Amino acid sequence: MSDSREWPLYEIFIRARGGLDHKHVGSIHAVDATQAIEHARDVYTRRQEGVSIWAVKSTDIIASDPADADAFFEPARDKAYRHPTFYEIPDEVKTL
Amino acid sequence: MSNARFTYVLRLADANLILAQRLGELIGHGPALEEDLGLANIALDLMGQARMLLTYAGEIEGKGRTEDTLAFFREHRDFLNPTLVEQPNGDFGQTIVRQFLVDAWQMELYGRLVDSTDARLVGIAAKALKETRYHLRYSANWVVRLGDGTPESHDRVQRAIDTLWPFVAELFEPDAIDAEMEQVGVAADLAEMRAGWNTTVNEVLSQATLERPQNQKYQWWGKRGDHSEHLGPMLAEMQYMQRTYPGAQW
Repeated sequence: MSDSREWPLYEIFIRARGGLDHKHVGSIHAVDATQAIEHARDVYTRRQEGVSIWAVKSTDIIASDPADADAFFEPARDKAYRHPTFYEIPDEVKTL
Repeated sequence: MSNARFTYVLRLADANLILAQRLGELIGHGPALEEDLGLANIALDLMGQARMLLTYAGEIEGKGRTEDTLAFFREHRDFLNPTLVEQPNGDFGQTIVRQFLVDAWQMELYGRLVDSTDARLVGIAAKALKETRYHLRYSANWVVRLGDGTPESHDRVQRAIDTLWPFVAELFEPDAIDAEMEQVGVAADLAEMRAGWNTTVNEVLSQATLERPQNQKYQWWGKRGDHSEHLGPMLAEMQYMQRTYPGAQW
């Protein structure tokens, strides 16, 4: 385990504009949740990158195992028919 | 009249300029990358406020001095910042306590200057108030964290408060310039400011389990140009480049 004097790690998500998703931008260390938001503000929004911040403890993120990648993701590779690319788009539809 | 206004604005400008320079010394030396950036952000906000105020002071004076000439070509005694802001960074606790005491002061200041009769100050204060609100949040949270943290962090931050407390009185001690500017509705009322500041400081100190030192009579008059020994070396570093190569740009 890491040194207990080390601050916990938080993953930071920023919403660039109203209506957009929060996107993962990186991580920061902070002593608590309040400070995680402040650090994220100081580190990741200095150039007007966002209007909203989410911070999640890195240890609370459950990740897939890279060793499972074949079993998880390979089977989708040869199923191109799952992409909606076989539809004919009517001329009347302008913004798709 | 315009002379008092010049002095009043210059005092506000120098408080920001000198504190920004102090915080700038920490860039690359912060206790953590996140704090390094946090303090640098605050320094940049303060520098922005200093620039607006210095420019305005130069215009009031009307002798063609710009923000740069005022920052780089004035002598030690012509700087009018309160003595508190020139105090050294010390350990992180001292940096944070100094910041907290100043942030709480600037909250009261800008919160009132938005109602000043001086339209330029109103504009500057409105912008500065938003920035200061964040600065105070940042520094107050740290004071609480350190004060209510480990025995060592508690002792260190208490020591910082005791060290810096004698410089606090000057922030609220009016002189003739303050009185004149207050009378024409330009300046903020220092007694009102002190009351507001006391509320903030008492609340944060008690949350941080820290003791508020006894009030002391003012002994320092940085705002009149009587500075502690710490300002000189700092100005030497700040002004060196422009004094060696006057007008140099990059």
